[in-house]
This record gives sequence, C-alpha cells and structure tokens, in this order.
Amino acid sequence: MADTFQLEIVTPEKMVVRDVAEEMQIPGKNGYLGVLPGHAPVITELAVGEISYRKGSETHYLAVAWGFAEVLPERVVILAETAERPEEIDVKRAQESKQRAEERLKSGSTEIDFTRAEDALQRAESRLQVAAKKQFQSARS
Amino acid sequence: MPNILDIRRRIRSVTNTRQITKAMKMVSAAKLRRAQERALAARPYAQMLVNVLKSLVSRVEIYDPVTGEPRHPLLAQRPENDVLLIVVTGDKGLAGAFNTNILKAALRFLQTKEGKNIEIETIGRKGRDFLRRRYPTSEPEKSGPEKSESQERPAIAIVGEQVGVLNKVDYAMASELAGRVIDRYSNGEIDSVYLLYNEFKSMIAQRLIVEQVLPIEQIGEAAVRQAEEMGLKEKKQALEAAREAGVGIRPADTREIDAAAAKFATAPVDYIYEQPPEELFRSLLPKYVGIQIFRALQESVAAEHAARMTAMDAATNNATDMIDSLTLAMNRARQAKITKEIIEIVSGAAAQ
Repeated sequence: MADTFQLEIVTPEKMVVRDVAEEMQIPGKNGYLGVLPGHAPVITELAVGEISYRKGSETHYLAVAWGFAEVLPERVVILAETAERPEEIDVKRAQESKQRAEERLKSGSTEIDFTRAEDALQRAESRLQVAAKKQFQSARS
Repeated sequence: MPNILDIRRRIRSVTNTRQITKAMKMVSAAKLRRAQERALAARPYAQMLVNVLKSLVSRVEIYDPVTGEPRHPLLAQRPENDVLLIVVTGDKGLAGAFNTNILKAALRFLQTKEGKNIEIETIGRKGRDFLRRRYPTSEPEKSGPEKSESQERPAIAIVGEQVGVLNKVDYAMASELAGRVIDRYSNGEIDSVYLLYNEFKSMIAQRLIVEQVLPIEQIGEAAVRQAEEMGLKEKKQALEAAREAGVGIRPADTREIDAAAAKFATAPVDYIYEQPPEELFRSLLPKYVGIQIFRALQESVAAEHAARMTAMDAATNNATDMIDSLTLAMNRARQAKITKEIIEIVSGAAAQ
C-alpha cells in the first residue's frame, strides 16, 4: 500500500493546496478525523477549525470555515468556504472580531444574533490558533 | 478652404485621444486576463459541489414518495407571483454596448413577466442608475390617491443594489447575497429568482442570459430562460481586439484540474456518510445558489473587461483612420496654398 495520498483543498476562489501528504487531520462536524493512506471512503461536512497535514517532516496548518471533505483510500479532497494558510491570516483582524463576538455573546440578545456571534467567535479563534502555529514554527527554525 | 493650423490642432487632439484609448485597451486586457484566471480558478469548486449534490440526489428522496412534494424548500415550485430579478451590469461605462445590451435584455424580460410583482436587485452602478431612473422607488407610506398611476402598473420595485463590488468580486459577497435571497424565498416572499448577466466562456463565446436560480430545477444544469448570442460582427471585432492586445482567445488549459474535479465524489464505492445524506443535502443546496451567483459575477466582470477592450480597440482604430484622413486634408490644403502662391508669383512676373 502506498504510504502517501493525494490532497486537494479547494475554495470558491482558488485551489489552495494540491499536494501529497502522509497524514492529516480534518475538523469534521462530528469531531476531528485523522486520515492515513488507505482510509475508508467517507464524505463529511466540516466544522470551523484547523486542518493539518504532514508531508515528510513538515506539518502544514490551515484555518477552514465550513466545507466538506471526500476521503478516498488514495485521495482526499476538501471543499472549504475559506481556507487560509497561517501567513495569510490577519491576526489583528481576527483578534478584533473575536473581541466583538465575545462582547455580543455577553450582551445576550436574541437567538439569531447568538448563533452568528458564536460562529464568528469560532472562526476568529481557529484563525488565531492557526496563525499562532506559524509563529511557533518560525521561532523554532 | 480649411485652415492648416486648425487641422494640425485637430490632429494633435485626436492623437491624444488615441493614446488614451490605447492605454485603456491595454489596461482592460490586463484586467481581463486576471478576471479569466479567477473565473477558471473557481471552476473546480463549482464542479465538485455539483458532483456531490448529484450523488446525494440519488441517495436522498428529494420528493416525498406519498405526496410528490419536494422536501427541500429551495426545490419547491410555486405559482409565480412575486419575481426577483438580479441584474448584473458593470460599474463603469466606456465598454461599448455592454451595459446597454444587458439593460435592454432586462426590459425585455420584464415584459415577459408583465402583471407580476417584480423586484429588482441591481449589481453594478450602471444598472442601478438606469433602473432607478426608470422605476423610481415609490414610498409605500405615501400611497395615496395621487399615486394612482403607479398602482395601475404592475409593481416593479428596486429592492437592493450593490455598487462598487465588481472591482473585487469575492465569494463572501456572493454568498451573503445568496443567503438573503434564499431566506426570502423560503419565507415565501418571492416565488422565483432570476439572474441576468453576460455569460463569458471565452472572447468569442459570450451570451447574455437569464438564468433561473430558484426554484432549482435540475442540479448542475443552468435553467436558461432567455439567451442572446453575440453577433458575427461582434465576434470578429472581439477577435481582432484580443489579437492586438495579446489576450489568448482560449483560456489557459485546465483540463487536468477539471478532470480531477469531475471525479470528485463520484468514485464507484460506498461512501460512509458522517452525516445523514439528507442533512448534507440540506446544507449544500444553499451553497449551490451562492456559487451560481458568484460565477455569474465573475463571468460578468470578465465580459465587461472584454467588451471594454473591444470598444477601445475600435476607438483606437477609428482615431487612426481619422488621423490619416486629417493628415491627407492638411497636406492637400498646404499644397493648395503653395500652388496658389506660385500662381501669384508667376502671374505677377508675367504682368511685368
């Protein structure tokens, strides 16, 4: 059995990743999925979170918000509404929107506002998390 | 007899104009190239989304087996009383007949829907300006007897406008618009949604089309309601302009990526669905509407740049012709003047 699989991450705007990976983690809606080559075919919706995939000794991270993934034994394709690499993330903006969302959540207004604010908060948090990974990497190297 | 100085001045002014149109042509060509690339980059996503939806359709009972009613509100066909038309034009002029053609098509479409309540959402400044002037928004509060005239006509109202978004079409905007449209559709405020835009497959394959976005009839197939191909003459002009500006007639080769996209979610295996297919289907369908609007915007932007490039190419050629004929006129006038002077000298000498 091959020890790698094809990986494609696509957003409406462009093809973000087209690579070969050895293992990866996908933020499925029902929890994180670890994928190794030869995985059983799965289709799942994605939650807001971070994708990570390993190729050789490098690990790459991406912040994704909504999408879905098709896992095949030799191929993984991810359709995401947004997928950002750490260097593309505007940390300041993410922090601001996190703050905004937190304030809105604390104020405790109507139902729709609540889910939207929670979504925004999650997106901001996953962005910050991924952005932090980059700093960590560069600090190490 | 025309004054030589005047003609010379004209030539200079036309030369300046030609320089501007030439520059605009080159700018449009560059923008067109970018727009084309972006439109191509969006294709795999759209293709994959359609594939997943199609494979889900076979697994989900979209129609209720007992009543035959569609289970998803976006598929529900209702008698058409309230229509929403989204018109995509450009933000700027000087693009030949680009905006005019779209607006003409819009008016024709409105005629076919006469007697129904029509709401219009405009994208692009040109469309907004024109339609606002034509259908001034009547305030519902003031609907007194003095407004009887507007009550006789079927109500056409402009409900929304997006101006200045075409510079940078992003998915977030398209998806936001789609969300709004879907909400109103599911609430029963509107019974159908049409999208009018200039389709852009390549420089010479463009159509002005009206697409039915909602209700969704057949996933993966555009429900085109009205279409106009470009004329032979326009095609020729576009080709000429493209060649001179160095824009490829055929967009870059993406067959490999497209082929990969076409395979998505169609592998002949039994997938494990993490969520029930029905749930997946429900969350995917709105995205499909979003991607349709997104694609329309991108193609319209590409078409606008192409139209501007063609128009500016024609303008540059016309300016060149004008300079040529003016130069000829100037030379003639100068020659006539010289001849006249010689005659005067000769006749003067002969008189002595």
